[in-house]
Amino acid sequence: MSRTGSVSSRHGDLRNLLSIADLGPDVATGIGEVMTLTDSFVEVSERANPKVPALRGRTVVSLFFEDSTRTRLSFETAAKRLSADVMNFSVNTSSVKKGESLRDTIETIEAMGVDAIVVRHASAGAPRQIAQWATSAVINAGDGWHEHPTQALLDCYTIRQRLGDLAGRHIAIVGDIKHSRVARSNIAAFTALGAEVTVVAPPTLLPPSLEGWPVKVSHDLDAVLPTVDVCYLLRMQRERMSEALIPSLREYTSLFGLTESRAEKLAQHALIMHPGPMNRGVEIAAQVADHPNAVIIDQVRNGVAVRMAVLFLLLGSGTEWGGELDV
Amino acid sequence: MSGSGVIIRGGRIIDQLGERVADVAISADGVIVGVDPAINAGALGLDGALELDATGCIISSGLVDIHTHLREPGREEAETVETGSRAAALGGYTAIVAMPNTEPTIDSAAVVQQVLDAGVAAGLCDVRVAGAITVDRSGTTLAPMAEMAALGVRMFTDDGCGVQDDRLMRRALEYSAGLGVPVTLAQHCEVEALSDGGHMHEGEWSSRLGIPGIPAEAEELMVFRDIALARLTGARVHIQHLSTAGSVELVRQAKAKGLPVTAEATPHHFTLTHAEVASYDPVFKVNPPLRSDEDVAAVKAGLADGTIDAIATDHAPHTSEVKEAPFDHAPCGMLGLETALALGVSELVEPGVITMQQLLALMSWQPAVIAGIESAHGRPVETGEPAHLVVFDPTHVWVVDPAKLASRSHNTPYAGRSVRGRVSHTLLCGVPMVMNGEAQR
Repeated sequence: MSRTGSVSSRHGDLRNLLSIADLGPDVATGIGEVMTLTDSFVEVSERANPKVPALRGRTVVSLFFEDSTRTRLSFETAAKRLSADVMNFSVNTSSVKKGESLRDTIETIEAMGVDAIVVRHASAGAPRQIAQWATSAVINAGDGWHEHPTQALLDCYTIRQRLGDLAGRHIAIVGDIKHSRVARSNIAAFTALGAEVTVVAPPTLLPPSLEGWPVKVSHDLDAVLPTVDVCYLLRMQRERMSEALIPSLREYTSLFGLTESRAEKLAQHALIMHPGPMNRGVEIAAQVADHPNAVIIDQVRNGVAVRMAVLFLLLGSGTEWGGELDV
Repeated sequence: MSGSGVIIRGGRIIDQLGERVADVAISADGVIVGVDPAINAGALGLDGALELDATGCIISSGLVDIHTHLREPGREEAETVETGSRAAALGGYTAIVAMPNTEPTIDSAAVVQQVLDAGVAAGLCDVRVAGAITVDRSGTTLAPMAEMAALGVRMFTDDGCGVQDDRLMRRALEYSAGLGVPVTLAQHCEVEALSDGGHMHEGEWSSRLGIPGIPAEAEELMVFRDIALARLTGARVHIQHLSTAGSVELVRQAKAKGLPVTAEATPHHFTLTHAEVASYDPVFKVNPPLRSDEDVAAVKAGLADGTIDAIATDHAPHTSEVKEAPFDHAPCGMLGLETALALGVSELVEPGVITMQQLLALMSWQPAVIAGIESAHGRPVETGEPAHLVVFDPTHVWVVDPAKLASRSHNTPYAGRSVRGRVSHTLLCGVPMVMNGEAQR
């Protein structure tokens, strides 16, 4: 399995993964390399003993300033399957609550000797700031409204798994684009791979400016649905009503929810995706979430393999993990 | 040191009267006693006077900053009256107006006196004080303006926030007109209903970076309201740190109608744009936020055509502890005193946006009028005038190094930037506070 070694060497300059743009001057090539590596790790994940020694002796710390059980579990599982040691910095019970600055927290963690920091933060840009202070690799596991690059990578992988190449595909991203890090990373990744993206939302849930965004905009989900290969639904948060962004969840669902009748407008092959956690009955009807074309569980499953690929790219430089294994 | 007076030789004077090459002689008691191409010290009784070289330099009345945050009392870890005064002197300022958003707020005679006393004790700069318009700047009840005016306060502002309540602002303007001395109410224009939760200019970059934005209209609505209230009450209104094209246009129209409105702009609003925030470095977080290219161009146009009356620094020191936070948690503000003149030269005069005389008008004698201190500061460089002077080399190129700034904090957004124009000497009452670029105390 010589391909894995060559992947890491070509990516010797990828120190952090803070945004999709970090995947290189040619983002499509960068994503392609992650996909290729992910194929191998999907295969590993299907084994009876889904563990390889690739990152043995390396330490990965998960630093979640914002609760996210799913993403944290996914990263920790990925690190463990690569035989890395995993430390869990629990913000709620730590010195951060006592007023320690972000920089001091990072310097403290680094002093313990870590190789990668997986960070989730409610503030956009926090991982970029951390990367300036840290010597270890920093992986953005979601920062505010900004980016969530591994989510985008696992979404690309899931689409490719079902539909093949993304080039020329039409993907609708539906819902709260304005507040969505998933949307920002996915738009960057999908369009880099040649897909056409339409964002579908009421104007209040779009960013104030879409200048420079390679997307089409629609406020009419019914008109868009028949033309898409993927309908990607975003989580609708209840607090948006109190901010006067939508009148009610009921009205939102009536216009932008993927109801059973609306799902019938989708092409036979069209995928239904959601980053989770779902609000069944709001952005997605319960029955639609269980539709054969809904790949929401695949997204979660692929998330572990994609994160293994990312950790390996950042930390596995020089290791030929595949070569040591009896595969 | 200047017991026998000072003679500044070889410089080029630029003031409101024009431009001329002359030496300037200053008596031991701080008054200009001679302005002449070749001063004879003996003839003026100034034998033994300190001779300051001004070859290649411009001599002007000292700069006046009508928007300085000195952080004392309450935030002395970020700046004190003394450290801020030193930064001011190094920047060429001989007078600064301290903003009232201290802890406690400068909203009573007692706190006014405390800051004035600290300014005198530091002795580096003429420290004046702006009082709050409302008690504790909370926007609910009027602060005792008369007791503060009795101590010499001529500007009032709730800077840090704007007075949100329209009726209260109307009353404040009406009340201020009856204090017996001319005062100016200065406004930080920001409608909080539109700006709340925002951390940068709303637009292309905020959308891309995922940072909640502050629309230009949050500023412009209050500029519009205050112009309307100036018309209603006849009282003077000063618009602080105007930052948007719309605000510039509103002030331009108000002035065309003869309304008693003045405005200031900061160096950062004519130098930097919201694209800087792409680094997520909170050193670029400021309120009003860094705006678009179009806004920067409009501010420059407003400075050039006289719509904007003053360049004010909004010098806002913050410790690195609080600035090294996530962008949306970090406080707003950036240093300004030690870089303002160089940015004016580099960004405005060098590219030909304004002349050197216009720059000095914007930084010295025009702000002195707004601050109500024009009898002492921003005076012509003439015999009989107080010797509050700046001598600077408009061609000297230097690189901004945060560690070398005199301010107690280091939050300059210009670290590593090469700028043109450096202060050689700053004289307060004829005493060199800065000599050959070095603070003298």
